[in-house]
Amino acid sequence: MRFYEYESKALFRRHGMPLGEGHVVNSNAEARAAAEAIGGPVVIKSQVLSGGRMKAGAVQFADTPDEAAEKYDFVLPIEVGGEKARSVLIEAKSPVAHEYFVSVTWDGRRKLPVLLFSDMGGIDIEEVAETHPEHLSRTHFSTILPISERIAKEAISSVGVSGGDLNRLVPIVYKLMQVFLQYDLTLAEINPVAKLEDGSFIVLDGHVDLEAEARGEHKKLLVELGIGEDETRLARPPTEFELEGARLNAVDHRGVAGNVVEFDGNLGLIIGAGGGSLTLFDAVRKHGGKPANYCEIGGNPSVGKACNLTKLILGKPGVEKIAVMMNVVSNTRVDIVARGVIKGCLEAGKDPSKVITIFRIPGAWEDEGFKILEKYGVEYCDRSVSMYEAAGRAVAKL
Amino acid sequence: MPGLFIDVKVADEVAKNAETAKKLVEVCAVDIFAQNDDGSLRVVEENLDECVLCDLCIDAAPRGSVEVIKLYES
Repeated sequence: MRFYEYESKALFRRHGMPLGEGHVVNSNAEARAAAEAIGGPVVIKSQVLSGGRMKAGAVQFADTPDEAAEKYDFVLPIEVGGEKARSVLIEAKSPVAHEYFVSVTWDGRRKLPVLLFSDMGGIDIEEVAETHPEHLSRTHFSTILPISERIAKEAISSVGVSGGDLNRLVPIVYKLMQVFLQYDLTLAEINPVAKLEDGSFIVLDGHVDLEAEARGEHKKLLVELGIGEDETRLARPPTEFELEGARLNAVDHRGVAGNVVEFDGNLGLIIGAGGGSLTLFDAVRKHGGKPANYCEIGGNPSVGKACNLTKLILGKPGVEKIAVMMNVVSNTRVDIVARGVIKGCLEAGKDPSKVITIFRIPGAWEDEGFKILEKYGVEYCDRSVSMYEAAGRAVAKL
Repeated sequence: MPGLFIDVKVADEVAKNAETAKKLVEVCAVDIFAQNDDGSLRVVEENLDECVLCDLCIDAAPRGSVEVIKLYES
């Protein structure tokens, strides 16, 4: 879940990073008062979660309090990537001499955090990576072993920064690494961190993404930052279909049959097991299939839970058939899921043998499960059929 | 609503015995059994399909008095 800029900065401020004076405002009168309090030129920044504010005109500058109020009215209605501003941040305009980029994110391939640093800040880092790769360093570090300022120092110096600038940047970069680890973030970024004309350094813009699963762990922080429990901060608000999926999952503690995401295809998916859901979703698409949904089942959901998920998916407009596929299961029972999906089909008024394209869940209690599937005439397969092949069979039946 | 996949039959004399009924309620992890006000056993039909075939009910009652039937095998 993404933090707004002002929330990211509040987090950075707690860790002693250098920040200019700033005020979050919600009216032009507050904007004027904030500019008066700052007492000099200010920046007026729309608070949205989407990128591209500058290009959209949602970042403006003002020299006087009256101009700040005018610019507030100008910035507020601008939609950035279809998103309206939650509020506006008024900050002191800083005399920038040079801009740097620093980010910590997760490298899924290396399964380690990676520190990215560039002496070409203020622009898209993808552009720097493509056109000036020598100006971007990538440094992996451990989530287990202790980290030190040495890692930050090497990352910064490897793009040619030295002397006083290096010494002033190291603590900022090191603190960003610590924040990343401490709060289970998936992204901690400062772009730019600026060297001012007087030689000091300041954080001008920041982005933070918190791992959604870590919300519970960092509840205190979220409360302190004013982030409500109902704020999902997802790319779009959940649909009714998705909300119903979440509700079905929540009412029964047994296993998981949820994380439902809606798509506009015609093949309903009941998928899961150890990353199997992502693999199977991709496999369906690779075979030219159009998923009606993504979901995750696992942890041995009850018959009722699997039944209700099946009914939900079959009830979605446009769904013609469903595919029930998982990786090899151990703690989830094949027979229980088989009972659930067949019961769901019958309660939805559908013939399981016609509406289930394939049932590919090998593993615990599969013999018992296969007996049930045979009884109802459902096509099934064991682990000798790969997930990819099973997905192909499902798509071919549409 | 009876189960689609599972049925459970309990001998009458066991179903009337409050002590055994209590034991059956305790051992079933998926709430297939409940007790009536008079202590006798009641099978909760809507939970029958949740049966995990653990056989704890069979072990908890006198031999042969509880039978778990897999309807999909018939």
